[in-house]
Amino acid sequence: MNVLMPPPTLDPVDRRIIKAAQGGLPLVSRPYAAVAKEIGTTAADVERRLRRMLETGVVRRIGAVPNHYKLGFKGNGMSVWDVPDEAVADVGPRIGALDFVSHCYHRPRHLPDWTYNLFAMVHGHDRDEVAEKVAEIARMLDGISRRHDVLCSTRILKKTGLRLVG
Amino acid sequence: MDTTDRQIINGLQGGFPICERPYAAAAASLGIDEEDLIERLSRMLEDGTLSRFGPMVHAEKLGGGLTLAAMSVPEERFDDVTARVNAHPEVAHNYARDHRLNMWFVLATETSERIAEVIAEIEDETGLPVLDMPKQQEFFVGLRFEA
Repeated sequence: MNVLMPPPTLDPVDRRIIKAAQGGLPLVSRPYAAVAKEIGTTAADVERRLRRMLETGVVRRIGAVPNHYKLGFKGNGMSVWDVPDEAVADVGPRIGALDFVSHCYHRPRHLPDWTYNLFAMVHGHDRDEVAEKVAEIARMLDGISRRHDVLCSTRILKKTGLRLVG
Repeated sequence: MDTTDRQIINGLQGGFPICERPYAAAAASLGIDEEDLIERLSRMLEDGTLSRFGPMVHAEKLGGGLTLAAMSVPEERFDDVTARVNAHPEVAHNYARDHRLNMWFVLATETSERIAEVIAEIEDETGLPVLDMPKQQEFFVGLRFEA
């Protein structure tokens, strides 16, 4: 479980590193030196700052982001659940720990239109597998969730990833 | 995609080294050489097997704003509304979904105050209400896709 913490301080050099590397780490033998050159510092400084940002969690991880569609995970469903607010702290970590759930968040309801407060993104190779996984969650939440739904994506309208703007 | 590609995908979703020659270090642990790893990563980025390679940032910790927003868009206006929503650089992802709320997008802004401004702009431009659903709590974000 990861409760939102106040943001750690990032100085302008940290932000320049993130801006320079967020599109992708240079595919050269010395990528941190390449980033350092671009922003006018040393490789050692970039390495030290990246290590610190990993420690504070500003950088979640460094590595490959696979395109799950290309890997055959063509089904993805945003399952949404209406659970009592006081139960969220208990069930959230259990749902988040499932190996087919990539994200699990507590979000606000918008009554009367939107009654759901727990979101779990479920992945599978196809829609049937997604439906089975959602049924598995429903069994776990039997007697706790009042209702649920699954919203499948029908089209990607935009996907640029999160970026620092400006 | 061969076995080595799969090993790269499964083994390098995190923990890429921070050192002078990190590709060489990562390649050594995969039993290949630096040049081979860089070539394979370039190819997999080019053909779309990988969407990115590098640091993944925790957006809220940058001190900016981040939210998930949803709209119910009449079918005949869908393309027009999509264009208007996507025109905002703060819109990071946007998905059509099979629900009455049929458009779901992520807003990422440099300041937290900016979220409400962008939502107001989109409501103004489209004449449609936008439901703001910022995360209140996050529970383990960590599926690793096995290739």
